[in-house]
Amino acid sequence: MWAHSMDNGVHVTVAIPVAWTFFFVLSSEVEANMKQRLVLIGNGMAGVRTLEELLKIAPEAYEITVFGAEPYGNYNRILLSPVLAGEKTIEQIMLNDDAWYADNGITLHKGKFVTKIDRAKRIVRAADGTEEKYDRLILATGSMPFIIPIPGKDLPGVVSFRDIHDVDRMLAAAQRKGHAVVIGGGLLGLEAANGLLKQGMQVSVVHLLDTLMEKQLDKPAAALLKRSLEERGLNFLMGAQTEAILGKDKVEGIRFKDGLEISADLVVMAVGIRPNAELAKSTGLHCERGVVVNDTLQTFDPRVYAVGECVQHRGETYGLVAPLFEQAKVCANHLAQLGYARYEGSVTSTKLKVTGIDLFSAGDFVGDDSTQEMVLQDPGRGVYKKVVLKDNRIQGAVMYGDTLDGSWYFQLMRDNTDISGFRDNLLFGQAHLGDSGHGDDNRVAAMDDSAEICGCNGVCKGDIVKAITDKKLFTLDEVRAHTKASSSCGSCTGLVEALLAHTLGGEYSQSPGKKPLCPCTEHNHDELRTAIRVEGLKSMRAVMEHLNWKTEDGCPKCRPALNYYLLCQWPGEYKDDNQSRFINERVHANIQKDGTYSVIPRMWGGETTPKELMAIARIAEKWNVPTVHVTGGQRIDLLGIKKDDLPGIWGDLSQAGFVSGHAYGKAIRTVKTCVGKTWCRFGTQDSTQMGIDLEKLTWGSWTPHKFKLAVSGCPRNCAEATIKDFGVVCVDSGYELHVGGNGGVKVRATDFLCHVKTEDEVKEYCAAFLQLYREEAHYLERTAPWVERVGLAYIKDRVVEDAENRATLAKRFAHSQQFAQHDPWKARAEGVDAYEYSPLKRVG
Amino acid sequence: MQQAEKKIAADNWIEVGRVGDIPRLGARVVCTRDGDIAVFRTADDAIFALRDSCPHKGGPLSQGIVHGHKVACPLHDWKIHLDSGLAVAPDEGCAARFPVRIDGDAIYLSLTPDDACPNK
Ligand code: SRM
Ligand SMILES: Cc1cc2nc3c(=O)[nH]c(=O)nc-3n(C[C@H](O)[C@H](O)[C@H](O)COP(=O)(O)OP(=O)(O)OC[C@H]3O[C@@H](n4cnc5c(N)ncnc54)[C@H](O)[C@@H]3O)c2cc1C
Ligand code: SF4
Ligand code: FES
Repeated sequence: MWAHSMDNGVHVTVAIPVAWTFFFVLSSEVEANMKQRLVLIGNGMAGVRTLEELLKIAPEAYEITVFGAEPYGNYNRILLSPVLAGEKTIEQIMLNDDAWYADNGITLHKGKFVTKIDRAKRIVRAADGTEEKYDRLILATGSMPFIIPIPGKDLPGVVSFRDIHDVDRMLAAAQRKGHAVVIGGGLLGLEAANGLLKQGMQVSVVHLLDTLMEKQLDKPAAALLKRSLEERGLNFLMGAQTEAILGKDKVEGIRFKDGLEISADLVVMAVGIRPNAELAKSTGLHCERGVVVNDTLQTFDPRVYAVGECVQHRGETYGLVAPLFEQAKVCANHLAQLGYARYEGSVTSTKLKVTGIDLFSAGDFVGDDSTQEMVLQDPGRGVYKKVVLKDNRIQGAVMYGDTLDGSWYFQLMRDNTDISGFRDNLLFGQAHLGDSGHGDDNRVAAMDDSAEICGCNGVCKGDIVKAITDKKLFTLDEVRAHTKASSSCGSCTGLVEALLAHTLGGEYSQSPGKKPLCPCTEHNHDELRTAIRVEGLKSMRAVMEHLNWKTEDGCPKCRPALNYYLLCQWPGEYKDDNQSRFINERVHANIQKDGTYSVIPRMWGGETTPKELMAIARIAEKWNVPTVHVTGGQRIDLLGIKKDDLPGIWGDLSQAGFVSGHAYGKAIRTVKTCVGKTWCRFGTQDSTQMGIDLEKLTWGSWTPHKFKLAVSGCPRNCAEATIKDFGVVCVDSGYELHVGGNGGVKVRATDFLCHVKTEDEVKEYCAAFLQLYREEAHYLERTAPWVERVGLAYIKDRVVEDAENRATLAKRFAHSQQFAQHDPWKARAEGVDAYEYSPLKRVG
Repeated sequence: MQQAEKKIAADNWIEVGRVGDIPRLGARVVCTRDGDIAVFRTADDAIFALRDSCPHKGGPLSQGIVHGHKVACPLHDWKIHLDSGLAVAPDEGCAARFPVRIDGDAIYLSLTPDDACPNK
C-alpha cells in the first residue's frame, strides 16, 4: 500500500522493446539487492534531525550522503544567540561532529553547495562538480535572511544573523567596539542587539513599526519589553525607515527616509527570512513561498522530500525548530516505509532568549470579532498577561514578566481544552485552580523547606530541592525517580514542576507537547492506537516489532496499555496477555499491603437479598475471612484472603450465584442506585431496576481506566450520579444523562449530556458513550480528564447529535461484550490459570 | 527418586520444577520454612530466584510485572534487578538472591542466599 503511494512517479506504462524489458528487470533486481541511496541537501537542523529519526527506526534502510554548504558538522543554530552574547562557545553548540557521520556510515560533503538537481537521471551536483545519485532526496535548505534592497547593502560591515560565519564577523567587529545598528526589532534582531551589547558595543535597534516583535507581541507587552531593554542600555529608533547604508569602502552610517543620518561601525540586517527554495525551483518542483509539500513531506516529485524552513505546508511556513522537528519525524517515518504518521501542521510558541527577560507568546493573541480577551496588567510588577478565547477555548496568549503558566496555556491551547470550568481563575494561573497543578513559582519560593509537597509519599520541599541540586536533576521524571514526589496520585505535579523551574532557573525546559507513552517508544497513545488499527497489528510482538520498540519486552507502563488497546481493537481475536496485566487484573482480586487479597462480588445495582447475604456470611465463615466491609460502591468486600484460597472461595461464591465485581480492574466497577419510586416518596422512575439493567449491560467490559455508574431516582441525587463516569438522574419526563464525573483525588462533577425519554435510550446512549471512551481515551485516562481533553461538544457530536454513529458505537460495544461477559472467577474455580494459585513447590 | 533428592540436598540443590511450569515473563513461589522464594522466568527463558519480599516494604515480588531482567514490585512499583536482587537506582535496597541451576529442563534452587545482600 505504502510502496504505491511512494512510487507513483515511477509507474510508467509505455511500450518497451523486448531487449529493454530485459534490461529493466535486471537493473531493478540489482537495485533490490543494493541499499537505496538517500541524499540530503542542507546540513542543518531539520535535515539532520530527519536522518537521526530515520536511523532510530530504520538504520539499515539507506546509504546516506549529505551536502552542506557550511564547512562544519551540524550545529544548534538556535544557540548562536548565546554564542554571540559570550554565554556559550561554538564547541558547546555542536550537535553532530564528523565522527557521528562516520559512525553512522554517512558520507558528508562539507562546504559543498549544491547547484543542480537532475530529476530525470536522479543526480545531484555541487558547485565543485561533486555528483551523487539518489533514489530518494531530501531538501532541507533552510531559509535566507532577507536583505533590504537599498544602496550600500553590500558594503563590508553589513551582516545578517544566520550562521557561524555571521557570528564570527560580528564578534570581530565587536573587538573594535564602536556603534552597532541592528535593523529589525523582531526576535532575531533583539537577540543580536543583546549579544552585541554584551560584547561591549554601543547598540541601536532600528524598527520600521512602533511595536517591537509585532508578530509575537501585542502593544502593551511590547512596551514592557522595550522598557526593560532600554534599562539594559539598548537604544531604539522606532518607526524609522532605512533609506541607504552609507560608506565608501566599509560601513560608516545609515540614512533614514526623514533625512536623519547616524554613524555606524556595524550594521546587522535582521528584518526577516524567506524560505530558500531556489534550488527546488530551478529543478522544476512546485514552489510558492516555499517548496510545497504534502502531509508526508513529499514535494510534487514523490521521490523528493522537503523539510524545515524551506517548506510550505498547507499554506504555512515555519521559522522555529519545534514544528521542523515534528516534520522530521514524519518524513523519517515515511522514508522508513512505515507510513502511519502524518504531519498536520503545528501550533508554535515563542520565547525570547535574552537572559533575565521573561516573555512568552503563542497562537493568535490578537483575536477578532469572534474572540474574547482576558487581560491582567500589573505595571508595578512589570507583569502583563493576555489570553484570547473563542468558545471557551484558548486561541492564543501573550505574557510578559511572569511566564510560569505559559506552557500550561500552550498545552490547553494545543489540546483544545474547554476552560469554562475554571475560566474565572484562568488568568491567575494553574496555582489558583486549587487542585492538581499548584504551579506557582512565587508560592513555592515562599514555602518553608519542611512544607510537604507530596502527600502520598510524604516528601518535603527541602528533600526535592536537595535532590535537584545534589543529583543534578532536570526533569519531572528524574525527580519522581529520585524522591518519589508526584509519582503516585500526581496531584502535586504542578508544585514539583514549579520547584524544578525555581531551583534550576533558566535551565529548566518542559518537554514540548507530544509525550511518548513511555521510554520504550517514540510514540504517544494516539499514534499507537492508530497504528494498531490502520496497520492491523494484532499482537504485542507485532506492535513492538513494527514500531521499533527500544526494549525487548516493554515495561510495566507500556505493556498494560498495549494489552488494553489490542483487546479493545480486536475483540474476540486478540488473546489477552496475562503477564502484561497488573497483579490485580491478572488474578482478579486486589492485592493488599500484606500480600493477601480482597474479593468483592457483584451486587447488581447495589441490591441484595437475605439469601445472598446468608451465602456471603456462610462463605466468609467457612474461609475464616478476617474482615467483611461494606464498600463505598454499595457492595461487600471480603478482605485478607490468601492467594491459594482464591479459587476455592470463588467456587463457593459462584455456586451461590455471584460473579466477579471487577473491583480490581480498569473495568466497569459498580452501578450505584437509590431505591427510587418503588419506595421513595419522591422517586420518579425505577432507578434500582435501571441500575441493574445498566450493570447487566456493561459488566465485564475492560476500559482505559475504571468506569463507574449510578442512577438516582430524582434530582435529590442520593446515588451521587453526578460524580460518576456515567450518571443517570431520573426526572418526571424521563432521564437526564450525565458524563465525565468522579470523586477521588480531583473531584469533578459531571457534564450534562442530554435528556432522553425511554429506558432503551438510556441503554443505547450509555453503550455508545462507553464505547467511544473505550476506543479513544488514553490508557489510564479516566472519563473526566478525557472529556476535558476532547471537549463535551465533541462527545455530543458523536453520541447525541449523530444517531447513526450512536447506533454503530452501541453495536460495536455489544459485539465486544459477547467476548467479555464471562465470569473470570468461575473459570478459575474450574481450573483456568491454576498455576497462579499454587506454589511451585513447598519444601521443608 | 528420594535418594536422588537427598543427594542433591547434600549439595544444597533442590529440584523445584520445570522451566515450563513458570509462565514467560512471570514467576512462581517456592514456600520454605524461612519464607517464600520467588522464581522468575524472563522472555529469554533465564531463571532467577529472589526472596519474595521487596526491600521497600516487603511487597511480594513474585506478583510483579517482569520486564527485561527486572521485576516491578506490585505494591509501590519499585523496580528490582533479577540478577542481583538490587533495587534499580535511584532506589536503594536489595532482595536476597538464591543460586539457581538449570539442568535440561529442570530447575534446581539452593536455599542458601548469597552473602552479598543484607535482606535475608
Ligand atoms: C474497597 C473500596 C473502599 C471501601 O472499602 O469502601 C476501595 C478501595 C480501593 N480504591 Fe477506591 N475503593 C472503593 C470505592 C471508591 C469510591 C466510592 C465510589 O465508588 O462511589 C471512590 C470515589 C469515586 C470515584 O472513583 O470517582 C474511590 C476512589 C478511588 C481512587 C481515585 C480515583 C480517581 O479517579 O481519582 C483510587 C485511585 C486510583 O484508581 O488510581 C482508588 C483506588 C482504590 C484501591 C484500588 C487502591 C489500591 O490500588 O489498592 C483500593 C483497593 C482496596 C481493595 O483491595 O479492595 N479509589 N474508591 C471501595 C470499593 C468499591 C467497590 O465496591 O468496588
Ligand atoms: C540566531 C538564531 C536564533 C534562533 N533562535 C531560535 C529559537 O530560539 N527557537 C527556535 O525554535 N528557532 C530559532 N531559530 C530558528 C531555527 O534555527 C531554524 O528554524 C532552524 O535552524 C531551521 O532549520 P533548517 O534545517 O530548515 O535550516 P538550517 O538550520 O538553516 O539549515 C539549512 C542548511 O542548508 C544549507 N544549504 C542551503 N542551501 C544549500 C545548498 N544548495 N547546498 C548545500 N547546502 C545548502 C545551509 O547552509 C544550512 O546549513 C533561530 C535562528 C537563528 C539564526
Ligand atoms: S481511601 Fe481508598 S486508596 Fe486510600 S486507603 Fe482508603 S481504600 Fe485505600
Ligand atoms: S513494597 Fe515493593 S515497592 Fe513498596
